[in-house]
Amino acid sequence: MSRRQLIVIAILLAVAFALPFVVSPYRTFQFTLVIIYAIALLGLNILTGFNGQFSLGHGAFYAIGAYCTAILIDQAGFPYWATLPISGAVCLAFGFLFGLPALRLEGLYLALATFALGVSLPQLLKYKAIEKWTGGVQGIVIAKPEAPFGLPLKPDQWLYFFCLVVAIVLFFVAWNLLRGRVGRALVAIRDQHIAAEAMGINNAIYKSLTFGVSAMYTGIAGSLSAISIQFVAPDSFNIFLSIIFLVGIVIGGIASISGAIYGALFIQFVPNIADEISKAAPWAIFGIFLIAFVYLMPYGIAGGIRIVLAWWAQKRQNS
Amino acid sequence: MKFRLVPIAALLAAALASPAALAQKKYDPGASDTEIKIGNTNPYSGPASAYGTIGKSIAAYFKMVNEQGGVNGRKVNFISYDDGYSPPKTFEMARKLVEQDQVLFLFQTLGTPCNTVIHKYMNTQKVPQSFVATGATKWNDPKNFPWTLGYQPNYQTESKIYAAYILKHHPNAKIAILYQNDDYGKDYLKGFHDGLGARKSMIVKEVSYEPADPTIDSQIVQLQASGADVFFNITIPKFAAQAIRKAYDIGWKPVHFLNNVSQSIGTVLQPAGLEKSVGIISTTYGKDPTDPAWDNDPGMNRWRAFMKKYHPEGSLIQFENVYGYGVAQVVHQVLKQAGNDLTRANIMRQAANLKDFETDVGLPGIKINTNPTDFAPIQQMQLQRFDGKTWIRFGEIIGAK
Repeated sequence: MSRRQLIVIAILLAVAFALPFVVSPYRTFQFTLVIIYAIALLGLNILTGFNGQFSLGHGAFYAIGAYCTAILIDQAGFPYWATLPISGAVCLAFGFLFGLPALRLEGLYLALATFALGVSLPQLLKYKAIEKWTGGVQGIVIAKPEAPFGLPLKPDQWLYFFCLVVAIVLFFVAWNLLRGRVGRALVAIRDQHIAAEAMGINNAIYKSLTFGVSAMYTGIAGSLSAISIQFVAPDSFNIFLSIIFLVGIVIGGIASISGAIYGALFIQFVPNIADEISKAAPWAIFGIFLIAFVYLMPYGIAGGIRIVLAWWAQKRQNS
Repeated sequence: MKFRLVPIAALLAAALASPAALAQKKYDPGASDTEIKIGNTNPYSGPASAYGTIGKSIAAYFKMVNEQGGVNGRKVNFISYDDGYSPPKTFEMARKLVEQDQVLFLFQTLGTPCNTVIHKYMNTQKVPQSFVATGATKWNDPKNFPWTLGYQPNYQTESKIYAAYILKHHPNAKIAILYQNDDYGKDYLKGFHDGLGARKSMIVKEVSYEPADPTIDSQIVQLQASGADVFFNITIPKFAAQAIRKAYDIGWKPVHFLNNVSQSIGTVLQPAGLEKSVGIISTTYGKDPTDPAWDNDPGMNRWRAFMKKYHPEGSLIQFENVYGYGVAQVVHQVLKQAGNDLTRANIMRQAANLKDFETDVGLPGIKINTNPTDFAPIQQMQLQRFDGKTWIRFGEIIGAK
């Protein structure tokens, strides 16, 4: 990383840490959701952006993570923070197992298989045999966490910082993973899987593991969402969630780590803006925003920023 | 001289009758000398968007109220957001309404999961979550949730009405029950058990089904084999139609009670076969806009005039538009009663202090009553029997209080 990049990141972190002291508790809550979406989008971007595997069912992993956390808190009395590693591990295993048969499916067929997962999970959550844990259609209500160690923070501020720290760790791990050998292998598989295989990359294991890691990221995001909303129910995880995740990574920037943050800002705030413009057809307005963004920034917001920066640097060089 | 005294006497009488008018003005966030802010969430998009017209007709109702001068001189600012029937979105929007828009109270938030997600939040914030649009029974719990108030008859209330009818008219019946295995079905079942009380042994067979089941034929055969002569049918429309047809086809002719959820002629009785549905008994509490009995009804005429002027894009045969108008009239009454004391506590106090209030669109005789220990406004319904063409209401208005 160049010195300039480090400075930019330091400034961004400073802003992120100062934010909940400047804005209202409601805005803090919204930015908490942005952080959570960013983690989920990063998970999907590792899979789709870097490894070229489509998923229309990542809402399912988000739901599994959320339910793991809610059930552990509700049934086993776990503290909320201790549920994160467990639901991360469950989603890693689940994603890896789902990734094994998915290896035989390419492109559109994989998209369909994951779609099936996303569309069926909310109904499976209502299944009678598991109802005593999942609460059926009623869902599970959990308590709102308070700031520990007597920190002088309001619950909303504490939740924000908790999610922010988890996000920083996960983003750092992803950055570390993707800039090295593993990242190059993932991109090689995406761009030309036969050539990748010829270079000695084990396609099968890489693809399944990518699926697992991607599911783990999205699952942890789901856990954080359960903690910050304090409620899970099958209706919270309909197929639309999976599709909006896909929208998020395309708008934010495919195969870009920072793109996850831009995408999260988009899927959090643009639907609200659209709703304020028109009650009758909020999603038509949303569609217009979507088309405008894709038209103006074909490589996502991250790509757009990159182009502007490059143009600016060149202009400075010339003058 | 004699005549000049009349207005003074009238003024005095008015002042005495409404001490609130003289009381000092009191405001919580969302209320002022000129405005009352009310918050709402509705599914304007997503799987349940058919219900979104309720939010639109409430907004239209307040447009009408404002044009007519508002409530006690204040305009109503009805702020309604789309939650797409997704609980996390409802939670976000409820927080926006309470913390950012600073509404005085929430009204008619729609959907059981959507109200569950904000239940605790509203009660810790001490902001009323009033007249929620769901039939679950848990909203009537003033002891544990003093800031949440229901509206429509809940499933248990309805069940108790059937139980009371059976005890009176079929005291020696053998009862068979088919119910959906979820909170909705169990809510009905519990009400029915409670309604029968000591005579619970009249139930000879209870069978359930899953919403994902393809058919319920075998359940109907089991119920017939039990020798029951009364059938309580707790099913959603698709299965209700199947049950009616199957029972008829295998020659089982019990006295058939069908839950209000599935009383639609178009989506249940027609697919099942109108001739197979003759004699089915159900309940209702509102005036059905398609029922010719209300063609010249003054209340329904007011509703039609309202629809024409303020909500012209809404459908005149959709019950949701009738429902929205009716519930808006109830909250209008609450605001009138609250007078100049527009605090959240007083809104709850007045919402829990409705006495024999009737809307334009409720069945004649359906009275809305609440008190500090009873947060279930509508608890009366009327029985109706299907005659092969339409529902014929019979008997008097029955309350489960």
